[in-house]
Amino acid sequence: MSIPFILFFVFAAIAVLGAVLLILAREPIHSALSLIVVMVSLAVLYLLLGAEFIAAVQIIVYAGAVMVLFVFVIMLLNAGVEERTNWSKMAKYAGLPLAFFLLLEIAHWMWRSAIGTKIANGVGAVNPAAVSTVDLSTLLFRDYLFPFEATSILILIAILGALVLAKRGE
Amino acid sequence: MDFIAQHAVLVVSLVKIAVLLFVVMTVLAYLSWFERKVVAHIQSRWGPYYVGAHGLLQPLADGIKFLFKEDVTPPASDRLVYILAPFLALSLALTTLALIPFGPTTVQVLGQPVFIIANSNIGLLFLFAITSIGVYGVALAGWSSNSKYPLLGSLRSSAQMVSYEVSLTLSVVGVLLVAGTFNFNELIERQRGAFWHWNLFGFGHGQVTQIVGFLCYITAAIAETNRVPFDLPEAETELVAGFHTEYSAFKFAMFFMAEYANMITVSCLATILFFGGWLSPFPDSWTWQLYLPGAGLLLTSLYCLYDSIANMRGIARLQFLAVTALALGGGAICLNSSVMPLVQGPFWFVTKVGFFLFVYVWIRGTLPRFRYDQLMSFGWKLLLPVSLVNLVATALVILVRHG
Repeated sequence: MSIPFILFFVFAAIAVLGAVLLILAREPIHSALSLIVVMVSLAVLYLLLGAEFIAAVQIIVYAGAVMVLFVFVIMLLNAGVEERTNWSKMAKYAGLPLAFFLLLEIAHWMWRSAIGTKIANGVGAVNPAAVSTVDLSTLLFRDYLFPFEATSILILIAILGALVLAKRGE
Repeated sequence: MDFIAQHAVLVVSLVKIAVLLFVVMTVLAYLSWFERKVVAHIQSRWGPYYVGAHGLLQPLADGIKFLFKEDVTPPASDRLVYILAPFLALSLALTTLALIPFGPTTVQVLGQPVFIIANSNIGLLFLFAITSIGVYGVALAGWSSNSKYPLLGSLRSSAQMVSYEVSLTLSVVGVLLVAGTFNFNELIERQRGAFWHWNLFGFGHGQVTQIVGFLCYITAAIAETNRVPFDLPEAETELVAGFHTEYSAFKFAMFFMAEYANMITVSCLATILFFGGWLSPFPDSWTWQLYLPGAGLLLTSLYCLYDSIANMRGIARLQFLAVTALALGGGAICLNSSVMPLVQGPFWFVTKVGFFLFVYVWIRGTLPRFRYDQLMSFGWKLLLPVSLVNLVATALVILVRHG
């Protein structure tokens, strides 16, 4: 049991706890805060896998930019406390068992895969061969330049689309 | 001893963290004294004067006052978030200091560098990641107080911090293009030579001058730390005290300390990126510069001695004589030939950071506050385009040089 291996389970547990709280919290700000906890603990998991750049970007983009907008909008609109509804019959009798089976199946296949064997042996959670930022940028900007640029143009189109939709109402 | 040798990283790191925390807390306290004193002299006043000689014990008195005041929690507030916000603000502000190198990595104890806690390969990115979460301290403080002035203040500050973060990050990318690394120590090593090798001037081999990038950085940084002239989130005349109106006692002090800690971090970053970090401004061949730290302290002690004899009476004279003895002892230690090379890095780093902190206070004493629309149009219509042009120009120069 190395320290990174223990850290993996600690932060995995925090991530799951944050996700559960995100759904259970009734105050929108508490939900947003729980989501930030999930984002940051995921970043720690990336860091443990040796993906430093992805970890930093995860925090900068998701926790630092996207969630700030969420919190900002919740504060600006002064969103009230959520109302609880009675569960629909469909969700209760078909949804819950199906969700349970889905989880079971994912766990089963993960356990049988190579990663599962590694985790069981206590080595899989940590990859000491870190991917440097230089390697990553070489891949992005040389080998996969076209898909990268195509994605960025797609995002630009989405931003313009959002602007057009927002302006139409005026 | 075996245990210490085996867990050198852990033991040395813990000691470094404890020492850094102690030093930073002291510096934070005296930064408030420094700010009040400098602003007072700009405005032809004396500033704190009565608690200790030259008001030197004022931070201690303030600290005790904050500890023993009544800690009020507004009944309509969201208790959990209300208590969380100041802790978040202060702890995030202090965490960034773990990434700052205060001296060269060649100074080592048990094989670990002394002057940096986390020598990360993505130091700069990590620092930006932590500062980008720093917005939450301010935003949540305003929201959870459940009161209108704090809410207005925190809305303003969230908008402002998100807007200026873009320019802040873009103004730094020019330096990154030149250096090709995120590691702070490597960033500093690329600027080795004399002051014209610093990224600010950039006359060294393979460097591009970043003077525009620096101006963008320092402007965005002042806005990012919510300081005058960008202190709209806590504009006293409009919003009482902005996001921390409802906070009292030590929780208020935590916001205060977080603001100063952010100022220190931003000044450290300016020093590292544009002013050569812990490197000396003189060429390495000028050996007399090794005597500068000791000589500076000895001169300080001489001045203190003169001041305490000529201008002080009674207990104030005794206190100032104690300061004289401290400076004298420090100077004597710094002139010891075995200590001399070790203090060079921290001496230059602290001097440069101190200069930036002075500039912060100087600007506060000089400039009036922006209006909100001026703030936004300045950030988006001037600062962002200029930092983008700086980035493209730097990239072009590098491209042309490499053919």
